[in-house]
Amino acid sequence: LTTIMAVEFDDGVVIGADSRTTTGAYIANRVTDKLTPIHDRIFCCRSGSAADTQAVADAVSYQLGFHSIELDEPPLVQTAANLFKQMCYRYREELMAGIIVAGWDKRRGGQVYTVPMGGMLVRQPVSVGGSGSSYIYGFIDSNYRSGMSKEECLRFTAEALALAMERDGSSGGVARLAAITEAGLERTVILGNQLPTFFSA
Amino acid sequence: KMLNCSTQYEMPNAGFSFDNSRRNAVLEEGLSEKGYSAPKARKTGTTIAGIIFKDGVILGADTRATDDMVVADKNCMKIHYIAPNIYCCGAGVAADAEITTQMMSSNIELHSLSTGRPPLVVTVTRQLKQMLFRYQGHIGCSVIVGGVDVNGPQLYSVFPHGSYDKLPFLTMGSGAAAAISVFEDRYKANMELEEAKQLVRDAIAAGIFCDLGSGSNVDLCVITEKGAEYLRAYDEPAKKGQRGGKYTYKPGTTPVLAKTVTPLTLDIVEESVQAMDTQ
Repeated sequence: LTTIMAVEFDDGVVIGADSRTTTGAYIANRVTDKLTPIHDRIFCCRSGSAADTQAVADAVSYQLGFHSIELDEPPLVQTAANLFKQMCYRYREELMAGIIVAGWDKRRGGQVYTVPMGGMLVRQPVSVGGSGSSYIYGFIDSNYRSGMSKEECLRFTAEALALAMERDGSSGGVARLAAITEAGLERTVILGNQLPTFFSA
Repeated sequence: KMLNCSTQYEMPNAGFSFDNSRRNAVLEEGLSEKGYSAPKARKTGTTIAGIIFKDGVILGADTRATDDMVVADKNCMKIHYIAPNIYCCGAGVAADAEITTQMMSSNIELHSLSTGRPPLVVTVTRQLKQMLFRYQGHIGCSVIVGGVDVNGPQLYSVFPHGSYDKLPFLTMGSGAAAAISVFEDRYKANMELEEAKQLVRDAIAAGIFCDLGSGSNVDLCVITEKGAEYLRAYDEPAKKGQRGGKYTYKPGTTPVLAKTVTPLTLDIVEESVQAMDTQ
């Protein structure tokens, strides 16, 4: 189904995802963008059913936009994460959605919140999701260090995604990365043949 | 004195009615025990495709509608009008695709009158996906929406469960795999009109020849800033061949060498009269 990932660093967050959407064994879209903007400095990484996550993300974007206008302030990442949790928990039987919410706000800087299937909400410094995540827990646990710079986080995410895309049949295509900081947003795409390479038998 | 009606006329509720779903489920169970099957919804078994070229969007579709393994319509129209600058190819259940696109067209015209602006392709896509998501995939309508508006040429695919993708080239339907292979091989950004039309024609032809559910002719719809041009039966790759000759021979072709006649003596054993009901 996917590989998605998010990492906190001092000034913000780095998020990444693969680009494959499948219907059964056929790849319906090989260049999907699973990093969806919810607000100016808040993104969500979508995994699970495309229809469900697109619908939930649209609903939360609307609610957050409305809330932000009422507040007359940029919204908190925690607010966005809670909106996702409320929707995913209430409709937990009907939805198949695993979402990672990540962004920057003035109060707490860069934050990553994970809302897996079932509707739990927990903040984590680094989080992975989707079917491809199973293959990279070991890599994440052994290679993550706190206090990495933005460039180190980008490299870490790219390597993790490359490993997952190599092993998981439901992940592949290109790797999409984004870095969100106070200053703004930087999006990059790493094409299939430019991904970091590792040993392969 | 006037007699009151025992039943009052009830205004039908708007939208789809699933009242008969439970009855249908029981009926299907009962029929299958006896070896019969319930009539299936007619699926279009289709190849539809769309690309973005230099000046706009080209949509293409085959024209075969199937009822299980029988061709129900040899020349149906799968490219539906939504707005003067937006057209929609429909695959999946024929009735669902037809009605849904007609509903969208109505709503978009009303919306456009309300906003005072020509409709946007994103609006069509959003309304489609929000409706399909609400019905959780029970409306079996897979659609490619293409058009040119103030934001330029755009192409979206929408699946029955309500997910959408925005891409420069798209195929859907049972012949999607055959058609996408043609696009993956030969698509380039900013193609010229004739090259692009030929490419879409070739992709649909791949579906017509390599997919059992698709056939007959290729319909194209070219949409640019100036407007839309619907090319019905742009190409007929699978025309029925012309009969070369006949197998009947003139009497006298074979010479008669000898002739013997043997009359058979028959007795009438039983005689019965069956009257035809000619009322």
